[in-house]
Amino acid sequence: MTFAKGLFLGTAASLALAAHLSAAAAEDDTLKIGLLATFEGAFTVLGEDSKRGAELALQQHDGMAGGKKIEWVIGSSDASPDSAVRAVRKLVEQDGVQIVVGPLSGDEGLAVKDYAKTQPNVTFVNGTSAAQDTTLRDPAPNFFRFSTDGAQWMAGLGDYAYTEKGYRNVATVAEDYSFPYTQVFGFMAEFCKAGGHVVSKSWVPIGNKDYSSVIAAIPADVDAVYVALGGADGVNFLTQYQQAGGTAPLIGGSITADQTVLSSQGKQKEAVLGMPSAGPIADTWDDPRWKDFVAAYQAAFPDGFPSPSLFAHGYYVNTEAVLKALDEVNGDLSDGGAKFRDALSKLEFDTPTGMVKLDANRNAIADIFVTEVAEGEDGNLYNKVVEVKEGVNQTLGQPIEEFLKLGVVGRDNPDCP
Amino acid sequence: MKLSPLSTVLVALLVAMLVWLFVASWPDWLTGVLGAKKLFVTTIFNGVTLAGLYFLVASGFTLVFGLMRNVNLAHGSLYLLGAYVGYTVAELTGYWLIGLAAGFLVLSAVGAVMQILVFRRMEGDELRQTLVTIGLSIVAADLMLATWGGKTYQFSIPDWLNGAITTPIILAHRSNGDAVPLTYPFYRLVVLAAAIAIGIGLWLLLNRTRIGVMIRAGVDDRMMLSATGVNVHMVFAAVFAIGAGLAGFAGVVGGSALSIAPGEDVRYLLASLVVVIVGGMGSIPGAAIGALLIGLAEQIGLAYFPTYGVVLTFVIMVAVLAFRPQGIMGRPA
Repeated sequence: MTFAKGLFLGTAASLALAAHLSAAAAEDDTLKIGLLATFEGAFTVLGEDSKRGAELALQQHDGMAGGKKIEWVIGSSDASPDSAVRAVRKLVEQDGVQIVVGPLSGDEGLAVKDYAKTQPNVTFVNGTSAAQDTTLRDPAPNFFRFSTDGAQWMAGLGDYAYTEKGYRNVATVAEDYSFPYTQVFGFMAEFCKAGGHVVSKSWVPIGNKDYSSVIAAIPADVDAVYVALGGADGVNFLTQYQQAGGTAPLIGGSITADQTVLSSQGKQKEAVLGMPSAGPIADTWDDPRWKDFVAAYQAAFPDGFPSPSLFAHGYYVNTEAVLKALDEVNGDLSDGGAKFRDALSKLEFDTPTGMVKLDANRNAIADIFVTEVAEGEDGNLYNKVVEVKEGVNQTLGQPIEEFLKLGVVGRDNPDCP
Repeated sequence: MKLSPLSTVLVALLVAMLVWLFVASWPDWLTGVLGAKKLFVTTIFNGVTLAGLYFLVASGFTLVFGLMRNVNLAHGSLYLLGAYVGYTVAELTGYWLIGLAAGFLVLSAVGAVMQILVFRRMEGDELRQTLVTIGLSIVAADLMLATWGGKTYQFSIPDWLNGAITTPIILAHRSNGDAVPLTYPFYRLVVLAAAIAIGIGLWLLLNRTRIGVMIRAGVDDRMMLSATGVNVHMVFAAVFAIGAGLAGFAGVVGGSALSIAPGEDVRYLLASLVVVIVGGMGSIPGAAIGALLIGLAEQIGLAYFPTYGVVLTFVIMVAVLAFRPQGIMGRPA
């Protein structure tokens, strides 16, 4: 397998190199930007929608920024950190891009941040990867995140579950990597503070199919089950939970209550109706900026989701930031992108989900939505807004020193049994 | 395989213990060790039914790999293609059973074509076969992604297969004395029944029919079989068709129990490889034992230590390779 894959990659690499050489000779008024997302594996469908978001942003800029024609170079990963680094190395070292938009998934973000430190003249702008430590601890000076992190996405949900829903004891089921750790952390930060208990946590590998035993292991006496599973994993869990006759109500992680899961064919509908969640978007927010975005998405991609997923949104916002900053510096990256990065870090702009700006670690401060899943008139499932939390920052409103003392998120941190 | 008196006693003890675990009402210390009885019993049920699914996939693989020495690393792609074809047909016709039949028949045809166009050209050349099938699986994965997209599909299984049934196993007693029985998804039991039926059918085919005799003779000495007037190529194409058809069948059955998405091909290829290596190449009973071990290991791992559960499967494989390299039921090479 490895040999064959190596051979395949080698061939692809030499072809790409040839293409690069001929393109460099051709013209100077095109700027290539790397687009890194998951076009393989369990998160394929997420990657596809993220590409729609990036394309939409470029379309609305007429394919131009800073006086240059923008061209995407696609890099594909399968949500594993090594595949992301392989793809981003190919983009930077062979295709010679100076700007990369991506990656999509949490562990990939951590790996790409570490790689970014070895390439100080290349600018990395996040896609939707939302692990906390991509920007919180030991950040890279050339990695920017205009989408918020997984703990920020949970703002308001813990309180909502405790006070409005009255849940006291909760079990969690989540994938075993940095992003769900961050989500569970964000949920527990509020929920435990309010007095709730998380009595059991199941961490399952990405791409797990059979959740029946995981479901059987959920204690029978919990008030609710918090689920942070993405893409195919989320669909599998929800269907099997419904089949196994699961009765405890669910609380959704941001990517579980997302169009990538909600719009899937199958019997999971009954399990998710009324499920509270929180995240960077809400499908039915009636703000004109969001409505325009949804309409543009639907018009541009008739075969897309009924409403853009948070992945389309994240890549849209980050691409938008890149294009705006390029406009500001007139597409000049000749100084190794220093001016461009300066423009990026000062950027403050209006997105479909409100104003976004960066903090000192180049992580976004933005609005977060507490939502509940409801059935729309067309029979599709949507997230309806319960509450909007404005200007959520990475430390969830706490001073940074205190927040850092909470420790690195992980399987056992935080803990409130 | 003959058992010595001592191991017979051990096996009998083990079975008796399992029966007791299922039937008895659990004392508190046991709940302390194994968790609630519901968790243990459900996990064993899950393991055995998952083993049924693994057996369906691996039986086709072992048939081809073991009997014909053909290394078909595109077996996982056959599984996924069968699932997609079955899904499409079931959606078009509205009948799940027609989808199931289509999964088997279409993939049998694909398998026969593969044997005639690919494997026959490179008989006995194992490295070339391996590389070509890897190539085919990569191409097939991208073609399927282009055709069906990255979405996760789920079959709507017919109502008479859906839902949970009440088993006679008593989990606990409520305070008013009512027994709480175990309920279990009916469909998963059907998967197990199908796997057992197919296993018995395959064993009978190989050991009790004339075609089975031909297949086994062809594996041992192709030239001699050919000299007795049998069309060897036809026999092998037929076996390959059955093997691929079983993969397609398993695709529909497995896609209905779990779901279909890109990436499933690699997963089931890996699962069948592990099952066949543990059970022994080319042995149908071996595939059954291997599937049972791997299915149980996976589910017990997920229920009791989800984070490190994956390791258990490979520990079993390493142990088997260390102590019995030909696999549990395999013949020494």
